[in-house]
Amino acid sequence: MESKYQGQDQTLLQQGHSGFAADWGSDQRVFKKVSWGKAMMWILLLSDTFVFACFLAAYMTARSSTTVDWPNASEVFALHIGGHNFPLLLIAIMTFVLISSSGTMAMAVNNAYRKARVPTALLMLATAALGAAFVGMQAFEWTKLISEGVRPWENPWGAEQFGASFFIITGFHGTHVTIGVIFLVIIARKVWRGDFDRDERSWMSRGNGDYEGVEIMGLYWHFVDLVWVFIFAFFYLW
Amino acid sequence: MAQSSQTAGTHAKAAVGEHGGQQHPIRLYLLVWGLLFVLSAASYYVDYAGLQGLLRWTLILTFMMLKAGLIVAVFMHIAWERLALSYAILLPPLALIGLLVILLVESDYTVATRLIEFGSR
Repeated sequence: MESKYQGQDQTLLQQGHSGFAADWGSDQRVFKKVSWGKAMMWILLLSDTFVFACFLAAYMTARSSTTVDWPNASEVFALHIGGHNFPLLLIAIMTFVLISSSGTMAMAVNNAYRKARVPTALLMLATAALGAAFVGMQAFEWTKLISEGVRPWENPWGAEQFGASFFIITGFHGTHVTIGVIFLVIIARKVWRGDFDRDERSWMSRGNGDYEGVEIMGLYWHFVDLVWVFIFAFFYLW
Repeated sequence: MAQSSQTAGTHAKAAVGEHGGQQHPIRLYLLVWGLLFVLSAASYYVDYAGLQGLLRWTLILTFMMLKAGLIVAVFMHIAWERLALSYAILLPPLALIGLLVILLVESDYTVATRLIEFGSR
């Protein structure tokens, strides 16, 4: 059977920092033991890191250069339930939903490598459902803020840059979640049908029980959760 | 030569299966999952309790970095990848610290200019 990692003598790979130097100084390829699909996903995620970092840095610049008070996120995103005011409640729920989805995704990857077809597909669908719930709550959040008069150029509570920062940062993140949900459903369907078990090569699978596509999907999904960790800290809690 | 025999030894331990070696005990995932919940609850509590100032920022950043570290290391398997990949992913974002410093200096200047020209606050 043809090796997954062609042209590499797996027994001669060095470990640790000498391995790091040897990998980067070697012929053919730097990322040994990493399929091209996974390496490309990581490179996409690295560039995406810089996109989100630019948004957050721009938000930081806007917030620290304005002479007007920044709206208090704790109050802006509060929910009134039964006469009591819960600060930031919806955002907290969204955070827990997204973390739960990361957990189900990790379980899906684990099941995929045991070639447990049905549990993998079901866990991926659960992940997609949680992701869709997250986007739904985000849509609710947007509707609420827009009806309260938040625009990219003004808002009722303070610094004008608040609206632009909010819509760009959460909008771009929500777009990532939406794309993730779509791909989760596509790959879950492939897993469910047993596409990865057949000996057919595709752009997602080398065939013959290669479930790495699920892990690569997982990388993207965990990244979406990772970005939310930073948004939660810098935009909502700060 | 000494190095290559040591290499073979460590390699046997970190043997790569057909799945690229990224199968890990489910208990570890559950542990990380639980920790993420606890850390999120803790950072929400920082807001709920209304902590302010340096204590608030320190706690927010600490919980944020712990959560990010757990996700990247365990859920995204960076802890088990070769250093060539880990460093290629983890080191470039450090350049952002430079960007943040430049922008903070710049916004200090902007806010000073605004106060002088518009005289608000």
